[in-house]
Amino acid sequence: MSNIIRIKRGLNIKLKGTAEKILVKAGLADKYAIKPADFMDVVPKLTVKENDKVKAGTTLFFDKKSPEIKFTSPVSGTVTAINRGERRGILEIVVSPDSEILYEDFGKANPVELTKEQVIEKLLNSGLWPVIKQRPYATIAHSKDTPKAIFISAFDSAPLAPDYDFVIYGHENEFKTGVQALSKLTTGDINLSVNANSPSLSVFSEIPGTKVYQFSGPHPAGNVGIQIHHINPVNKGEIVWYVNPQDVVLIGRLFAKGIYDATVSVALTGSEVKHPEYFKVIKGCSVGKILHDNILSDKVRCISGNVLTGKTICLEGYLGFYDYQITVIPEGRHFDFLGWALPGLNKFSASRAFFSWLNKSREYILDTNYNGGHRAFVMTGEYDKVLPMDILPQHLLKAILAGDIEKMEKLGIYEVAEEDFALCEFVCTSKMEVQEIIRNGLNMMIKEMN
Amino acid sequence: MKSLRNFISKIKPHFQEGGKYQKFRSTFDAFETFLFVPDKVTASGSHLRDSIDLKRTMSIVVMALMPALIFGMWNVGFENAKAFGIERTLVQNLGFGFLKVFPIIVVSYVTGLGIEFISAQIRGHEVNEGFLVTGMLIPLIMPVTIPLWMVALATAFAVIIAKEIFGGTGMNILNVALTARAFLFFAYPSRMSGDKVWISGLMDKGTSAVDGFTGATPLASLAQNQPFSHLNASDMFFGFIPGSIGETSKVAIIIGAVILLWTGIASWKIIVSGCLGALSLGFLFNIIHANSYMVVPAYYHLIMGGFAFGIVFMATDPVTASQTETGKWIYGFLIGVMAVLVRVLNPAYPEGVMLAILLMNVWAPLIDYFVVESNINRRLKRVKPAPKI
Repeated sequence: MSNIIRIKRGLNIKLKGTAEKILVKAGLADKYAIKPADFMDVVPKLTVKENDKVKAGTTLFFDKKSPEIKFTSPVSGTVTAINRGERRGILEIVVSPDSEILYEDFGKANPVELTKEQVIEKLLNSGLWPVIKQRPYATIAHSKDTPKAIFISAFDSAPLAPDYDFVIYGHENEFKTGVQALSKLTTGDINLSVNANSPSLSVFSEIPGTKVYQFSGPHPAGNVGIQIHHINPVNKGEIVWYVNPQDVVLIGRLFAKGIYDATVSVALTGSEVKHPEYFKVIKGCSVGKILHDNILSDKVRCISGNVLTGKTICLEGYLGFYDYQITVIPEGRHFDFLGWALPGLNKFSASRAFFSWLNKSREYILDTNYNGGHRAFVMTGEYDKVLPMDILPQHLLKAILAGDIEKMEKLGIYEVAEEDFALCEFVCTSKMEVQEIIRNGLNMMIKEMN
Repeated sequence: MKSLRNFISKIKPHFQEGGKYQKFRSTFDAFETFLFVPDKVTASGSHLRDSIDLKRTMSIVVMALMPALIFGMWNVGFENAKAFGIERTLVQNLGFGFLKVFPIIVVSYVTGLGIEFISAQIRGHEVNEGFLVTGMLIPLIMPVTIPLWMVALATAFAVIIAKEIFGGTGMNILNVALTARAFLFFAYPSRMSGDKVWISGLMDKGTSAVDGFTGATPLASLAQNQPFSHLNASDMFFGFIPGSIGETSKVAIIIGAVILLWTGIASWKIIVSGCLGALSLGFLFNIIHANSYMVVPAYYHLIMGGFAFGIVFMATDPVTASQTETGKWIYGFLIGVMAVLVRVLNPAYPEGVMLAILLMNVWAPLIDYFVVESNINRRLKRVKPAPKI
């Protein structure tokens, strides 16, 4: 029943620090926070003040543009801080947890027996709606749309990514319930993409109502955007939705227990971590406790997410809403004497311009240095080698830089998200900020379309 | 190295905004980044970046040119010895060639880099590495007898007119090194073609070669309707023939090509399709069989003249080549076809590679246009399946 789709173009960056398959219960963190910046195209309007008491599932803010989309507290406790940045933009809404978590009650229900509207309402009220994202634009889905299909990528191919089979293990029933709820939302298929390279959990292949596709090949084969492109691409005017498997579990839990219990497993990874392993945490947790005494040096960069698309956070920072991985890598800031001229046995490159190709099996410790200076586009074909889509990356980027909406549309802007272009940014000889350009293009499109 | 680094860090503030020597910022920056890959770290997007940068890329291309350069130097000595009937050892030949070729390289780099630094300074940009390669290519496609002032003039012309007025490296339409050659080819034809320019010493007054020595390149002899049977394919392959400094030895060029392809810097599609293009038209001419040039075996086109050098080092210039992967096939193929077409059908120009590549440089955006359009059409077709007729 499953079809194998072979991805040929891409790149696996072999880094040191894969998480060992040990699941540690992290316990409650000191603080939890929801960061509006995690949500693209959302203008937050607060519904709580400092010192307000909240439960897990209490609304903290909603989106001014779509007030039905609510963002809720992952734990019960007290709102201790609302941190603001430039022009008073809200950075974080910080909640200090109670010792025992109290939950808002959203009512147990069997999604099979609910109508589409009831399912949507439950998701909106509980604050789980934002886990559903859409293409085009890679923003939160609109509850009034009906997508032509829903996609779930059951594996992550990014560097040091968590093993979804491992983190879903034990939550199969919740996952199934979650899929049942999602199937109410679309008239089309629920497409589940599994990794053809490794045998996957039976949970992913035995869900009624899903279509299973196998993907093989290097990163970004696990990116849902690549999978959508190969299974059922987004054309102008069409919408598809996608959800991370762990969030499907949360949806299932909402229906099974009637509560917003945002407990997920995250992988702590990276070369600067003493014991890279998995932790059971609640979304939005401060990573301070996990990282305490677990870091090898003090010149590190802590990333919520993976090294290609994650966001920098401080060592006491908060896990991003969509992130299931924390990566700690060495911070660069070192000069490299004649670095461009030496053989470079320990320098990772997608090209064979450094002699590191002599040793293919090694795992690299890479730091955050740019390894060069910003230049105009010179090399061509580099991006094509790591973007397994029928899209001309360089031409799309140039259309965005030129602000040519019509051209962007024609060249496939509806299908892409910045994460799909992360490898293009990695390999770029001219050190272009490719992901930022793509995001600017998507924002231009959102503005143009509304 | 630490003391050097400390010294640079100490004087750096003077060259930054508000410093005493702010005007020389680009120049300072060029030297600093030459010595040290900067300590700048990623701020947005991907936290890690590939180790490769333009300096590395360009220096690998320069490395790939080294075999052709060294053989070229030796061959300058060898051809000179042959012309005048002098006995020399391998090292002596190399030394003789070195003394002839090195000044050309120096002039090319000094002129070109001078202009690069000045224009980077004016624009407030970082100095781009593009000229590292161009500066080496220019000497390699010149006859060894070229006067140095011509090298300087051609380099200046090419860098300013072909590159800087378009906005610098990455923005140019024509291959800069080939523009330099084309400039001399049309401005000073007597210095760029003929039988004497290729051999060091033959242009000097009062010298005469040994009896029977002509100095004609294989292409020139064919253009004069001589039969191809007097050509020696193995000499042409190994490079014991007169010609531009870097173009003669196909072995040296193949070594360079292997370096470029293995590191992933040059596009194999352009090289392969270029050879296919030349071979196909060559075969077609073999079949037509209308004059003595058409009889020349198709594969000779790959080893004669500047074809191999052009297709490996010039056609693959990513800035002026087609930028789409499909386009690269078409672009390379047409270069091969055009080069053979000019060689065989236009007796006025014995060598067609330079013109073929420059022509295709101009056509590359057009090729890309059609490739992009076909991509767009594929996307549109997904929405509306073509109506059945």
